[in-house]
Amino acid sequence: MHWTGFIAPLARGAWITAEITAYSTVLGAALSFVAGLGRVSRSRAVRVTAAVYIEIFRGTSLLVQMFWLYYALPLLGPSLPPMASGVLALSLNIGAYGAEVVRGAINAVPREQWEASTALNFTRRQALWRIIMPQALAEMMPPFGNLAIQNLKDTSLVSLITISDLTFHADALRNLTLASTPIYTLTLLMYFGMALVLTALIRLIERWSRRHLAPSRGAHA
Amino acid sequence: MSPPAEPGTAPDEIIRFEKVTKRFGALTVLDDFDFHVAPGEKVTLIGPSGSGKSTVLRILMTLEPFQQGRVELDGISYHEPGGKGPFKASPRHLREIRTQVGMVFQGFNLFPHMTVLRNIIEAPVAVLKIPKEEAIERATGLLDLVGLADKKDAYPRQLSGGQKQRVAIARALAMRPRVILFDEPTSALDPQLVGEVLNVIRDLAHEHDLTMLMVTHEMRFAREISDRVCFFDQGRIAEQGAPEEIFGEPREERTREFLQSVLG
Amino acid sequence: MIYGIHWDLHSPLAFAISILPILLIGMKITVEATILGFLVALLLGLVLALLRRVPLRIIAWPTAVAIEFLRDTPLLVQLFFLYYVLPKYGVTLPALFTGVLALGVQYSAYTSEVYRAGLEAVDRGQIEAATALNLSRARLYRTIILPQAIPRIIPALGNYLVSMIKDTPVLSTVTVMEMLNLAQIIGDRTYRYLIPLTIVGALFLLLTVIASTVVNRLDRVLPKEGVPLR
Repeated sequence: MHWTGFIAPLARGAWITAEITAYSTVLGAALSFVAGLGRVSRSRAVRVTAAVYIEIFRGTSLLVQMFWLYYALPLLGPSLPPMASGVLALSLNIGAYGAEVVRGAINAVPREQWEASTALNFTRRQALWRIIMPQALAEMMPPFGNLAIQNLKDTSLVSLITISDLTFHADALRNLTLASTPIYTLTLLMYFGMALVLTALIRLIERWSRRHLAPSRGAHA
Repeated sequence: MSPPAEPGTAPDEIIRFEKVTKRFGALTVLDDFDFHVAPGEKVTLIGPSGSGKSTVLRILMTLEPFQQGRVELDGISYHEPGGKGPFKASPRHLREIRTQVGMVFQGFNLFPHMTVLRNIIEAPVAVLKIPKEEAIERATGLLDLVGLADKKDAYPRQLSGGQKQRVAIARALAMRPRVILFDEPTSALDPQLVGEVLNVIRDLAHEHDLTMLMVTHEMRFAREISDRVCFFDQGRIAEQGAPEEIFGEPREERTREFLQSVLG
Repeated sequence: MIYGIHWDLHSPLAFAISILPILLIGMKITVEATILGFLVALLLGLVLALLRRVPLRIIAWPTAVAIEFLRDTPLLVQLFFLYYVLPKYGVTLPALFTGVLALGVQYSAYTSEVYRAGLEAVDRGQIEAATALNLSRARLYRTIILPQAIPRIIPALGNYLVSMIKDTPVLSTVTVMEMLNLAQIIGDRTYRYLIPLTIVGALFLLLTVIASTVVNRLDRVLPKEGVPLR
């Protein structure tokens, strides 16, 4: 089989990879905010819950989490289809890292901004959403970008719970043809290409956020 | 220190800039610039920011290359015939030039991981190969001179800004330069700490053999210690002369405007 | 039965206790793979960082692309590449070494960036002051730049070590008998996945907590400004 014959089946896998990346990045971002805001909540119970979630998912291995959701969870009751297990594991994992980004960015906004908000009689919630968050968001973008790339790479693990993503297709083709060199070279290049596209996308979002969220950065407003 | 190659008579110039042009990208910082300094002369460079004063010092210290013209230190050109790289000179040649020149920076640039003493003896031991005991002895003397003998084992973070700058002066002097460059030595200091640094520089101004170039905004001090004051504007010297002339009766309108704006 | 150790299926607790020794054998492999992989990453990363600083574009530029490529492609696929492609060119390594190599190659992209960032974080003024004092290039690196860069580099490297621990289960896909692989085998044979997988999760948590604590301690002990090397 000529190596060009591998492109079509691998591209089909790459499409699945792109879909899973999109779902888990969006869901992971949502979880990041929930848990990250949970960490700075005034309620101790919320803070502790968020901390436990973050510690568990950052402290253990993604593959272990995925296998746990796929193999062990059904024994407790709820049985998830492979796709749901995969996306959920990826989201929970990246969400725990993202939560630390959110918390860090909120804490990085100078105290004086909170004090000024208090002096202007904003409620805590108003201060958070109107004053603090717009400044923190711009700060979060670069680390979020790194997490999105990390997430793209991590999706390759879903092939181990029978989802037919790019890595899965590569493995199946290798089994079939034994032509491992061209197959894996193409696969790596496809991942690299997707990462470059994702990076370009992140740059766009970063530029947009810098212009619209914190235009006076560095001017010490 | 090895004596520089001297022509038959002692030159009356230690520093010479001839038609020097220096650009940063599209920006011309020095424009067809001429400048001469006699040995032992104390020269102050004043002028608006961006007028090229600091660049003169940075070129002399070999921190910046220049594109056109000729710079000489004691008759030796900074560029070498056939010299490569942005500096058009070999690293060896640049090192030779630097043995004659010392510099004190606006931001002190002390080495934060070394004690005061180690900051001062590091280069004499490593570069001049002076035995460590002798270097320590000399460093102690220099610390006495700048009034910080009791701080020799302190780290830079434990010092005030004024103390840091006095250590930086001692560090530069430890290399026994013939020319010492001060690049806005008091601009980063709180006002009440400026005096202690100026006192040290004033003492140095009495050393006959030491050539001093200083960029500063301390006009009263410049008037007091300088043999000559040069007013810079747009990459050239717009006016120069004895301090009494420049501060007393400036000829140029630009000089008058500048002095009014800084003296208030 | 694995490694001559039998499991006890009478109660969940008895099962957990009976398989723990098996999983601890796997933990030893996990730790070994991490340490070896990290050593490869430290050395290879240094080589990449140095090549990237070479002032020749035909060397520096491809190195930058290679670093980006290694960083942007999945560990699992890099591992499969090494595992299936190397033997075709006559390089046959034991599975564990292939896994160690894959970990090292992927993380060398990260460590090279850590070295680079550490060197670049040293203030420009330091280099100018050293130039004004006429220090030689070797001396500049030895006594000014490295002492200030190293305390910044070590904690960042430490974080990647912690991160590498969590990536070792990927090695199970090429038959390395680390913790997760053993838990899977136990699960396949007993149809009980919950307990072995949960124990493995707990053991990973234990390993990463210990490693992070050590890294944080180190970060606190290291003098922020560095110590001059003689």
